[in-house]
Amino acid sequence: MRTRTRALIALVIGLHVILLLAGLIAPCDPAAQNRRLPYAPPSRLHLHDAAGWHVRPFLYRMVPGSEGYEEDRSQQFPLHFLVRGSGYQILGLVQSEWHLFGVDEPGQFALFGTDGFGRDEFSRVLYGGQISVAAGIAATLIALCAGTLVGLLAGFYGRWIDDSLMAGSELFLSLPWLYFLLGVRAFLPLHLSPVRTFFLLTAVIGLIGWARPARLVRGIVLSVRSRNFVLAAQAFGASDLYVIRRHIFPEVWAVLLTQAAMLVPRYIAAEVTLSFFGLGVSEPVSSWGNMLSTLQQYSVLVSYGWLLAPIGALVITSVIYALLADTLHSHLEFHST
Amino acid sequence: MKAITRLTLLVCLLAAVCFAAVSPDKPQLGEELARSSETSGHYGGHVTIGDRAEPKTLNPVLATDAVSREVTGRMMADLIDINRATQQTEAALAKSWKISPDGRVFTLQLRKGIRFSDGHSFDADDVLFTFAVYMDEKVDAPQRDLLIIDGKPITVTKVDRYTVRFTLPRPYASAERLFDGLAMLPKHLLEKPFHDGKFAEAWSLNTAPTDIAGLGAFRLKQYVPGQKVVLERNPYYWKVDRENARLPYLDELVFLFVGTEDSQVMRFESGDTDMISRLSSDNFTLLHREHDRTHAQLADLGASLEYNFLLFNQNDLGAKKLDALAQKQKWFRDLKFRQAVSAAIDRDSIVRLVYGTRGAALWGNVGPGNKFWINSSLPHPARSLENARQLLKSAGFSWNRSNVLADPSGQVVEFSIVTSSSNTQRMKMATLIQDDLSQLGMQVHVVPLEFRALIDRVFQSFDYEAAVMGLGGGDADPNPEMNVWTSSGTSHLWHLHEAEPATDWEREVDQLMQQQMVTLEYAKRKKLYDRVQELVAQQLPFIFLATPNVLAAANPRLGNFHPAVLEPNTLWNADELFIRNAPETAGVQ
Repeated sequence: MRTRTRALIALVIGLHVILLLAGLIAPCDPAAQNRRLPYAPPSRLHLHDAAGWHVRPFLYRMVPGSEGYEEDRSQQFPLHFLVRGSGYQILGLVQSEWHLFGVDEPGQFALFGTDGFGRDEFSRVLYGGQISVAAGIAATLIALCAGTLVGLLAGFYGRWIDDSLMAGSELFLSLPWLYFLLGVRAFLPLHLSPVRTFFLLTAVIGLIGWARPARLVRGIVLSVRSRNFVLAAQAFGASDLYVIRRHIFPEVWAVLLTQAAMLVPRYIAAEVTLSFFGLGVSEPVSSWGNMLSTLQQYSVLVSYGWLLAPIGALVITSVIYALLADTLHSHLEFHST
Repeated sequence: MKAITRLTLLVCLLAAVCFAAVSPDKPQLGEELARSSETSGHYGGHVTIGDRAEPKTLNPVLATDAVSREVTGRMMADLIDINRATQQTEAALAKSWKISPDGRVFTLQLRKGIRFSDGHSFDADDVLFTFAVYMDEKVDAPQRDLLIIDGKPITVTKVDRYTVRFTLPRPYASAERLFDGLAMLPKHLLEKPFHDGKFAEAWSLNTAPTDIAGLGAFRLKQYVPGQKVVLERNPYYWKVDRENARLPYLDELVFLFVGTEDSQVMRFESGDTDMISRLSSDNFTLLHREHDRTHAQLADLGASLEYNFLLFNQNDLGAKKLDALAQKQKWFRDLKFRQAVSAAIDRDSIVRLVYGTRGAALWGNVGPGNKFWINSSLPHPARSLENARQLLKSAGFSWNRSNVLADPSGQVVEFSIVTSSSNTQRMKMATLIQDDLSQLGMQVHVVPLEFRALIDRVFQSFDYEAAVMGLGGGDADPNPEMNVWTSSGTSHLWHLHEAEPATDWEREVDQLMQQQMVTLEYAKRKKLYDRVQELVAQQLPFIFLATPNVLAAANPRLGNFHPAVLEPNTLWNADELFIRNAPETAGVQ
């Protein structure tokens, strides 16, 4: 496998490991409000003071001043690595209190500043990424599973099965997905727990998105179905399930991988959009979408630029996946020819 | 020579005509005009105001939305006005009035020589016609309820051409305040549509400017759908300044439809508009930061009359299939539960984080902005989670091993708070309350709803558990609050449609509100209303949260800009506004 592909796969894995280990990397509990520090700017790390240069970076506490916040230089807070802090769970299984870095209280290391409730933006970007990226991946899996099943059936059996399934896919493709999602959300109960909201959201996004992969898979199945090795297998009495599993599905697999790399960022954006409009995961659980919703206010948008951090995270994630999709596509196309 | 003389005379005549055309009308003999005590300005210019929506009508009787009232309010005038700065009544179209010793009969003397904006004269016939319209059942004016006391309408009789007598079924406190906002209508233009049963269609947005006439400082010049309403000076306006020059000073008042508050701020910053009222604290802070560039006049008038609160649904659900809600109402109806919630809420943080310190915490329905009626002896208990826990324990609640609160039957205390998704301040309050109550082990979900959906749930379907909402802001006097605190009131939100008071304290509040309504002496009324505030603060039908300050901004060249706490905050003295030749060095008021 080429170096570029390996590097991109490593980047994707690295991104997901970072999000998985959000609890370890984030210095704070994402829901912990510090009501004395709303909209505080990113903390500035120092290496030098009146006494000279220091090996260990340090910061000063932010206190309200006449023009926003000022550094209180009466006390320094050195940055420590591997510190004990608020408890968290990794994958709901491993309990821990260790954090990669932090400062002693009452200092607060806000790498990306704080939001309107004084919550650490960096921690919320990491934890929010878990929600948004997990929603994107789960929705992609649902869409690809459903799409693959429909595409295989339509392409393999043809005739009325193909006609009816593809008519259904055309209907889904013609739906304005955002308004459809809004309509579905309106039918759901008034309030749902964040977990239920997450699963329902994922299912809805995934079930709306099956049509395009289905049509793609159907096209591949149609071309593979008439190949000699498939016809030979059928002539030797192989069952439909065997032919699909042994001969057809391996041809589809490569396309599915590329599709997955393309759909994940798209479905992450869908989750972000819904949460942005207050229809997805709700407070106090963070997702990139509900973090960005405060920027709908003009005064917040122009005054607190650090709250755009989730956009940066979203762009980086989308670019990595887009590059991966492109590389996979080129790599698999090369190997198929 | 003769030719030169004729030419000179012609030039003089032309100059006189031009001068007369340029200068606004001077007061005429026989006109009894009101005199402004404000700083004199000079004529010319226009002021542009950015509005969040278009008016829905130009008919002052039917105008219920804020924008329609704002526009029609500049074109109309009332008999007695509430001065927004002093919050006291003052003479308007009625130059004086007498009240009978029993407080039931008001005899008003109208100003003589006053004309509508189309030049037609104004007299007692117009007043009689106006009140006939307001009290007509088919017209169903929102103001009709104010003119029906104890089920009987106020009687209006004409004494002579400039004298009108109002007889009330019984004494009514601050009755002269009733007249504020009741626009006097031109009988000569509206009598026919009224008698034809087509009053609701009169003075719509499609009506030609020449068919609308009022007694306000301005009259309609132009309406451009989707863009703006333009008002021009009323040349017959009944007020003059200290130098006897007829008001208003401005040539035009332009209402631009800009959409959201954020658009209002952006248009103001770019100089497209000249005034904003009811700014949020975030936008006010933004304008404050840019003050060195814009030199805008910024005004922080202190606490408003609005009160924001957390409301628990205590309505009778009857046949509605809301079983889960019915179970939770056991908690909501428990006073100790509500007291515990109130004790746990961090009001200081609400003021700081939601209003940027430009607000005030509330423990009752009357805030510090209402100096005449606030009960200053009400306690302001500090936030105490310990007190909250004690109250819950004494009510039979307990905590499990995960510190989750459960009721006496073991049901986990979990409920949702609905609020308007378009009101970011109330959304923020709800989020803060959610965090506060999580420290008591309560599981609270914040559910933003579109405004109409929220109103439907709170007023009609009752399909909600708790809500963060706001009321108040109309007038400082307690009478407009009747429909909130009396058990039959249409805004008795925690328990609507009560056939009779559900509790003893509500019965007492009903009696107190009725009593204060017919008590004429301020001191006695104040005592009665103090007791209402005491009961409301003790029984917590609403858990009061905070009130924002009234914040406004204007172009530095705008003279006589004196925003007020009462609405319309910035346009109440539109007749006195003028454009300065050079901007004063403006600061923050």
